[in-house]
Amino acid sequence: MAVEMRKGRYGKFGGQYVPETLMSALIELENAYGEAKADLKFKEELDYYLRDFVGRENPLYFAERLTEKVGGAKIFLKREDLNHTGAHKINNSLGQALLAMRMGKRKIVAETGAGQHGVATATACALFGLECVVFMGKEDIRRQELNVFRMELLGAKVVSVDKGSGTLKDAVNEALRYWVANVEDTHYILGSALGPHPFPEIVRDFQRVIGVETRRQIVEKEGRLPDAVVACIGGGSNAIGMFHPFVEDVGVALYGVEAAGSGVETGLHAAAIADGKEGVLHGAYMYVLQDDDGFIQEAHSISAGLDYPAVGPEHCHLHDIGRVKYEAVTDAGALEGLQLLSRTEGIIPALESAHAIQFAVDLANRMGKDQIVVVCLSGRGDKDMQTVRDVLGGGVE
Amino acid sequence: MKTLEKRIRECNDEGKKAFVPYMMAGDGGLGKLKEKLLFLQEAGVTAIEIGIPFSDPVADGEAIQQAGARALADGVTLRNVLEELERCKGEVTVPLVVMTYLNPVLAFGVPQFVEACKQAGINGLIIPDLPLEESVPLRNELRETDIAWIPLVSLTSPDERIARIAESAEGFLYAVTVNGITGARNDFREDIYSHLQRVKRICTVPVLAGFGISTPTQVREMGNHTDGVIVGSAIVEAFHRDELEKIRELVKASVVKVEIVN
Ligand SMILES: Cc1ncc(COP(=O)(O)O)c(C=O)c1O
Repeated sequence: MAVEMRKGRYGKFGGQYVPETLMSALIELENAYGEAKADLKFKEELDYYLRDFVGRENPLYFAERLTEKVGGAKIFLKREDLNHTGAHKINNSLGQALLAMRMGKRKIVAETGAGQHGVATATACALFGLECVVFMGKEDIRRQELNVFRMELLGAKVVSVDKGSGTLKDAVNEALRYWVANVEDTHYILGSALGPHPFPEIVRDFQRVIGVETRRQIVEKEGRLPDAVVACIGGGSNAIGMFHPFVEDVGVALYGVEAAGSGVETGLHAAAIADGKEGVLHGAYMYVLQDDDGFIQEAHSISAGLDYPAVGPEHCHLHDIGRVKYEAVTDAGALEGLQLLSRTEGIIPALESAHAIQFAVDLANRMGKDQIVVVCLSGRGDKDMQTVRDVLGGGVE
Repeated sequence: MKTLEKRIRECNDEGKKAFVPYMMAGDGGLGKLKEKLLFLQEAGVTAIEIGIPFSDPVADGEAIQQAGARALADGVTLRNVLEELERCKGEVTVPLVVMTYLNPVLAFGVPQFVEACKQAGINGLIIPDLPLEESVPLRNELRETDIAWIPLVSLTSPDERIARIAESAEGFLYAVTVNGITGARNDFREDIYSHLQRVKRICTVPVLAGFGISTPTQVREMGNHTDGVIVGSAIVEAFHRDELEKIRELVKASVVKVEIVN
């Protein structure tokens, strides 16, 4: 069978659909990344910061009380929530900041949804003394006010985007416009496994550490690979980082969990694989929520980090070839998962991660007690307390 | 040679620079499209670039974004613009160039889109988010048609890349004059003219400069170093404010021959 091996393609997905002004920057980035990958010093430097600054490796934790309560497969949590800045996003921000400096670029632009990627990028920029501008949707600024303050404390400039629905998609649009205008001295630290080649590959590689550690840790603890691995999908960076080292292990079932918002059938959701059509957004060919005329639709999710109308190109391909199953959990389901994990384990997950928790609980329940499920706990819930309290009315009984 | 290139060359042969206004289709209502096209035609433009509104126009600045948002709110789509243009055939004889982002074309279906463009008598196509590397399938569909593929080169494109892009160009090559999005500019980079001259040396089809050009003086100055200009945001704003005289003045600036003083 002739496999399409075009550069930056995952099957038919991916590519580089960007204005010509950005092409040189993408080619430069591709070359710089190729060189960095081959440079042992780069790896050593990144490993140093991941260990001493981020606090890796983080634990793979056996959620014993949750497992008991669910009464099925053993549930393990990969504790990305314990990273410095509270989510997996820092793995990528640090890697790309080091890459930017290799290219001689000391100005950084980024987009952010939940604010986690913005905080992670502002942190990396503070660490290395880089200038940082973060675009964030107006609605997300409202939902994640404290993260805005954190970014500003870290020295970043946060720019509010009130176009469209004022969420992640609109923030990416503005970040791209800013990058086009400042491309000669600025690097764009894209926060998920999205965008034009080589971003999906770079972000995946910097997030692969999640899956690489998990694989080693589960073998140490249980003497074997897990039966299933679960991660939530916004653009897909924590999931692809977790899944990638397991893709060749056919015995390991992989589940990506999209945000079903009010329910996929209501149209108010962010489940691009469940309900999207193939198309181009932000430089890549992917599954995209769109109408019949090809206009991009707004995504809806209680979690700002999943509120994006497409899914990264490699996931689209993994879906097409059937290697990863993509499921969707509603806002209500995520809130349930969040409360359950909080009470049974003393861990308050990010709303994004709570989607994965809720699905994993259902899955584990259907599996045998001798089986193993690993969940990527991509971030901690501190940032979501306002949102959650607004919904639960402070009345968690 | 496709019609669009022929027209630009004829215009240049008469000692004039090509003037291509950009307008947002359906801003102010799709019903007004024909009237606006006829106005521009009578004002003496060389060709007209017709922008299709899009939900996520990443290459556009405020003026065109807002015009697009108005058109979208009015229900304007790639499909109904092409249908309206088909109704303008006969009366509108100036070459028409469609400028659209890629996703509406993909949703339409590439072969179906090209067929609809043929029906509507379209003479050129600009897709700002379809760079050289990704444009082959679409260019193949255009090969046997009179629809010219108009690629963009930027200030960041190296010479050898400009050469490869220029080779793919039909009709004209679109030389982007700023690093950035569309919208009026007061100043351009100091080396803008030498950049444009370099592009002209490399390229065999006509070279038109666009992005940021918004005054008659800029039209004249940019025209001095190219085969013509594209004016977008200024036209869009003028239509929106009903300042038609401004549009006439911009067009006139491309017709008046200027003495180049060294
Ligand atoms: C904690 C957390 N998990 C997941 C995501 C979703 O992003 P991705 O799919 O790229 O992992 C985000 C995004 O902001 C996040 O903050």
